[in-house]
Amino acid sequence: MYITNIETIPGKTIVEHYGLVQGSTVRAKHIGRDFMASLKNLVGGELKGYTELLGDARKEAVERMKAQASQLGANAVVNVRFATSSVAQGAAELFAYGTAVRVE
Amino acid sequence: MIELIMQNVGLLTLLFLVTLGYTVGTLVEKRHYRSLMKREQALLTLPAVTIKHDQSVDEIRGSMMVSGSAVISIDYFKRFLARLRNIFGGRVKSYETLVDRSRREAILRMKASAPGAAIIVNMRLETAAIGNSANQKRMIGSVETLAYGTAIWLRTSPTSEAPLKI
Repeated sequence: MYITNIETIPGKTIVEHYGLVQGSTVRAKHIGRDFMASLKNLVGGELKGYTELLGDARKEAVERMKAQASQLGANAVVNVRFATSSVAQGAAELFAYGTAVRVE
Repeated sequence: MIELIMQNVGLLTLLFLVTLGYTVGTLVEKRHYRSLMKREQALLTLPAVTIKHDQSVDEIRGSMMVSGSAVISIDYFKRFLARLRNIFGGRVKSYETLVDRSRREAILRMKASAPGAAIIVNMRLETAAIGNSANQKRMIGSVETLAYGTAIWLRTSPTSEAPLKI
């Protein structure tokens, strides 16, 4: 499965178009991590636990988008966009969407 | 004496947190900037651009979407400073370095996840404030930046430094 965030797959031609596909996941971190993060918040710097969590969640959102695309019979997703929103206290939604196409 | 300490325990805690934030926070930030500078130098050969770029088809070996993200938190001292700044308004310099650091880190990680690529086109940056429960009083304590784009590998030697036609 080809994934790009430009309108084409470089070096390929789009032969069929299947419309929008999307994938999303809502994640919250557990208390231990939250506590460590609040300690780290005092001195600043990178919150590795959060980076990891959001990275994993985003990967899952992309996987879901890919699954939807392959269900439609597509072999590529172009023009992918990401969005992040906090839906509740301590939880974040990671959202990926794009256009499913078939390329040759 | 002990009574005096007991009376001002709140103030003393604040002072302690501010000093801790200032000393450790400044140290952490300086170290981060040094490492950013070093890694940026090393990755100068891989440009990341925001334009969509048309490479002639036969030159391309492959393309893939790559991304990198970083969550960076601000220290207690700077948050305290920003709260003061809120009263008078104006440039909040302490937060400027926060978002700057997280953006540069995210871009570096994106570049690092595309070894051998010639260029990253259509790069997008996204910033989100996260960790509401980790910082009270609705102060933004940490930001997440995501950088993503399409990495393009060429048929020619992947480390060639010849300028690309855009």
